[in-house]
Amino acid sequence: MKALLNIAVLSLTGALGLVLAWSILDLPASAVRLPEQVTAQLDMSGVAHPVTAVLLNFRGYDTLLEIAVLLLALLGMLALPRQASGSKPRPVPASPMLQTLARLLTPLMVLVAGYVLWAGAHRPGGAFQAGAVLAGAGVLLHLAGLLPAWATPGRALRAGLATGLLVFIAVAATLMTQGTLLQYPPGWAGALILVIEASLTLSLGLILAGLYLVLADSKVQA
Amino acid sequence: MNAPLIYALTGAALFVFGVTGLMLQAHLLRKILAFNVMGSGIFLVLVGLAQRTGIPDPVPQAMVLTGIVVAIAATALALALARQLLDQSGEMRLPEEEAGKDKLDV
Repeated sequence: MKALLNIAVLSLTGALGLVLAWSILDLPASAVRLPEQVTAQLDMSGVAHPVTAVLLNFRGYDTLLEIAVLLLALLGMLALPRQASGSKPRPVPASPMLQTLARLLTPLMVLVAGYVLWAGAHRPGGAFQAGAVLAGAGVLLHLAGLLPAWATPGRALRAGLATGLLVFIAVAATLMTQGTLLQYPPGWAGALILVIEASLTLSLGLILAGLYLVLADSKVQA
Repeated sequence: MNAPLIYALTGAALFVFGVTGLMLQAHLLRKILAFNVMGSGIFLVLVGLAQRTGIPDPVPQAMVLTGIVVAIAATALALALARQLLDQSGEMRLPEEEAGKDKLDV
């Protein structure tokens, strides 16, 4: 019975793969030339890198919804009933080597995050990459036993988690009074994008680290 | 056959592997991993197809960047839910799955 099911599933997915490959090979050229449109509008976007321009300007509402989804995922994890282990330290203390390394690396990682955020305006980089580096620093600190897991985030932490979304919504709402959602006035675009990206970096770092640190707090059941 | 098409076809293959794993593996951790393999395949198709004209298209690249971050959030939420199921039922599998066949049982 199980073998029959396996054969059925494998032949179905095999057929799916063939159809997908055929449709990729048979795909007609796109009628809309998006790269040219982005290049043509790049000067008005306030940044010099096309991907950042698309993320924060041309399709800014995607990014607005994305940070909302991230916050929602973390809230969902916090809402689950958990058997909190309390803030007791990790059972096995980390080696002094790892702790020293984590203490040395964390300031450097904050510096790298700041650089990546700033570089996003004109080369690959931006808020998401910078937030990921910040979150990596948080996870490293936790693994080295220097940062406790999150049982319930306090007031300051909650404010930090929500900053990115709130600043983004505030900018969007202010611009709504001018007419269109997230259509930056010319001349202000670069500064507004930097403000949004800086607050996004902070919140993303905290949220992504939180996704790990909240899970790390639940007690493993034997 | 140029490089962008090879990326896109590899992405399609990854997607199919992911679908197969999602259907055949009972262990929830494996299902979550299979779902991530599916997602990576889709990202590869998007980025691969976006540059088949020779000029990289920044719009799909930005979409993939968004997608990666959302996939991380979804994975973390799925892991938390799986942990919850493990705490409550003691099993890392959905109730509908046949019990006692998976060697990876926690």
